[in-house]
Amino acid sequence: MENNHSNNIVEKYLGKTRRIVMGAIFLAIALLVYFVFAKGNSADSLTTFNMTPGGSSSSYPDWVFPTNSYLSFLAGVCLILGAYQLVRGFGKLTNAFLALIAVIFIFSFLSWAASGGSMNLAGLLRITIIRAVPLTLGGLSGILCERAGIINIAIEGMMLTAAFVSTVVASLSNLWVGMLSGILAGALMGWILGVLSIKYKVNQVIAGTVINIFATGLTSFLSQKFIQKTDYQFLNEPGMFPQIEVPVLSKIPFIGPILFNHNIYIFLTIFLVIILSIALFHTRWGLRMRSVGEHPKAADTLGINVIKTRYISVILGGMMAGFAGTYFTLGSSGRFDELLTAGRGFIGLAAMIFGNYNPVGTIGASILFGFFDALAVRASILNVPVPSEFLGMTPYLVTMIVLAGLVGKGHAPAAEGTPYEKESL
Amino acid sequence: MEKENKPQKKPNSFEIFLEEIQHSSWIVTFLAIMTGIILGGLLAAITSLEMYAAFKVSFWDGIKTGLQVAWSTYSALFTGSVGDFGKIKIALAGGDALEIRRAFFPFFESLVQSTPYIFGGLAVAVGFRAGLFNIGVEGQIFIGALTGTWAGYAITGLPAIIHVPLALLCGFLGGALWGFIPGLLKAKTGASEVINTIMMNYIAFRFSEYMLRGPMKDPTEYTPKTPVIADTAKLYHFFQDPIRFHLGFFIALAVAAFIYWLLFKTTWGFELRTVGANSNAARYAGMSNIMVTILAMALSGGLAGLAGANEVLGVNFRLVPAFSSGYGFDSIALALLGKNHPVGVVLSALLFGFLRSGARQMQLKAGIPIDIISILQALILAFIAAPAIIRTIYRLKESKIKEEEFTLSGWGG
Repeated sequence: MENNHSNNIVEKYLGKTRRIVMGAIFLAIALLVYFVFAKGNSADSLTTFNMTPGGSSSSYPDWVFPTNSYLSFLAGVCLILGAYQLVRGFGKLTNAFLALIAVIFIFSFLSWAASGGSMNLAGLLRITIIRAVPLTLGGLSGILCERAGIINIAIEGMMLTAAFVSTVVASLSNLWVGMLSGILAGALMGWILGVLSIKYKVNQVIAGTVINIFATGLTSFLSQKFIQKTDYQFLNEPGMFPQIEVPVLSKIPFIGPILFNHNIYIFLTIFLVIILSIALFHTRWGLRMRSVGEHPKAADTLGINVIKTRYISVILGGMMAGFAGTYFTLGSSGRFDELLTAGRGFIGLAAMIFGNYNPVGTIGASILFGFFDALAVRASILNVPVPSEFLGMTPYLVTMIVLAGLVGKGHAPAAEGTPYEKESL
Repeated sequence: MEKENKPQKKPNSFEIFLEEIQHSSWIVTFLAIMTGIILGGLLAAITSLEMYAAFKVSFWDGIKTGLQVAWSTYSALFTGSVGDFGKIKIALAGGDALEIRRAFFPFFESLVQSTPYIFGGLAVAVGFRAGLFNIGVEGQIFIGALTGTWAGYAITGLPAIIHVPLALLCGFLGGALWGFIPGLLKAKTGASEVINTIMMNYIAFRFSEYMLRGPMKDPTEYTPKTPVIADTAKLYHFFQDPIRFHLGFFIALAVAAFIYWLLFKTTWGFELRTVGANSNAARYAGMSNIMVTILAMALSGGLAGLAGANEVLGVNFRLVPAFSSGYGFDSIALALLGKNHPVGVVLSALLFGFLRSGARQMQLKAGIPIDIISILQALILAFIAAPAIIRTIYRLKESKIKEEEFTLSGWGG
């Protein structure tokens, strides 16, 4: 009872704090946009955004606008939104407006960086979408496991394993069989995570660590021993899925080349996000799975098989991570190199938290993180006046701030991390 | 006070899990290591083409060759980590000082490799004892190395007796800051230290990349490296080259003894362990979970920072990118292997150090990639974390965990 009481206080306190903190953030961004980005240029400087991404067959006209007046206007919008948030608060819509402010901030930042010169905005956004793919899929893997109450920090290890397996199998057969083999390898890793954490009740974070260390070791071992050697090069030539230019849609100016000229992974990712959103929140299966993650005892009482539900979820999560892993080799680099996932599994985990354990939120967070990733890679080309390493830190910093409850109140499934034990009668 | 009708004194599942690991029997630990080693040998055998060639001759040839591969792998590992007794004998008989040093090199090199493991294992163990999961050791090692290196080259003109402790202290403080932040967030907002330490890892990697490329880069070098630290900041080497055995090993042992004293002989250590064993009960006993959480994370991070500083001051003398390569993650495995007890941590750090240093030689001599060690460690960790697997394989009886109650405080007084 004491707990409930203090929880209420925390809730109330956080609600008010959150409103004020958010309002302050909005206002701070307004000031930043006005004084740094708008006033940082000479009054008549122009920003030129190049709207034709590299590798596009058709070309689009550049977008040229006066930096100063555009950014001053945007600063005004931020100011009004910030004032309203501070006084009244947007309530449930706060996150949506936060996203809007984030977009304004990024746009202003880019306009400032490109002022007096030009920047390939379309190319940057196209790479953002590409970079967001493995993060989204990793996040979806996390959602599948964690919604059923299993912490999955092994996304990285699952991805690596699947990347390796798919490379070898695709080299020996074809891309589709390779993709399937990667998904199955992911399922196997998911099953191992399930056995360790459900059957043997190993702490789930430790079980995940086991899988990460094991996958790193095994793939590096096999890679060094075989597929990096010249004699076995034929095992490391899986090829890549070709780009698909969606007819009609890819001709839409601006959006077309950014969204509709990619390989199959981008389209499948969007499809999976939609499917998983519906499955989680509008089907009986989703309801059962979430109830197992929130209150397994109650779910059990209602006749849901907690153990079986968790196994299915964790294997599905593994398959999703496996699919993400095949992206690195079959959709991005066309070969396997040691540790090629480079921590993306953990950013996927961060995207899941930032996206509040929700597929749509996760893809949003992944696009934001993907943007910083793309920006960090091209920082030197784009003359971005911030060291690329700091841009690379952003996803992690943002996640920590979210976790601290200052910007958004994340809601983790209640029974996460707790093994389920049926009480004997 | 009247609200005490239904106090929640049950430990949570993480606390129960750690409790069971800390009290599992030594037979399980031993069998976990042995099983890991057997499976590692199996892996070396089944990935060797010689074995398949021999299987074509006859089944027994195949088995024999498989065993030979496993044997040669592990004997290369052994001579690589402990030394070749034949060589030692010849060198001693010859009497040439350089040859003798070369013969004893593998043994001392293993001790050098064990040193950061001792610090890292203690870091994870302190966290576990307080019920906290510090996955951020790797990042804390980087930051500790960064601050330690800075103190090593930026400050000059001090005598070694002051400079070395000062540089180590800087390393400790750097790591402690990196542990303090997740600790503070955990205590004040309840944010999971697992996620936050993972995030802090990557922030540390990016930050050290930035420092190595920018402010701390040696201007005379083309690649990102820091300047070499001053001679007065270097940890004392007991022998001449090629043996790199240095004072850091004994500092690590002293720190382990200090942590033992802190955990088991002081009131604060008792509070820390109580919070770790059952945070609800600790709260009812009037202990400050908040302070324990923050300080334990800072201490844990500081110990990891020492691992980083120790590597720079004792071995590398300058910081280069990606210098740690997995000490932090291995530390999780070895802390659990050592049952989160300083003595156990030192023993398993020695095991891991010998494995790692032997594996490096094995890679050079037998052509087995060093990553086989990671596989071994993952297997050992899995068996330690799930003793039921070992019990099933070897048909051990379920140990009467609660009754046996291994007296952990009985070690080494």
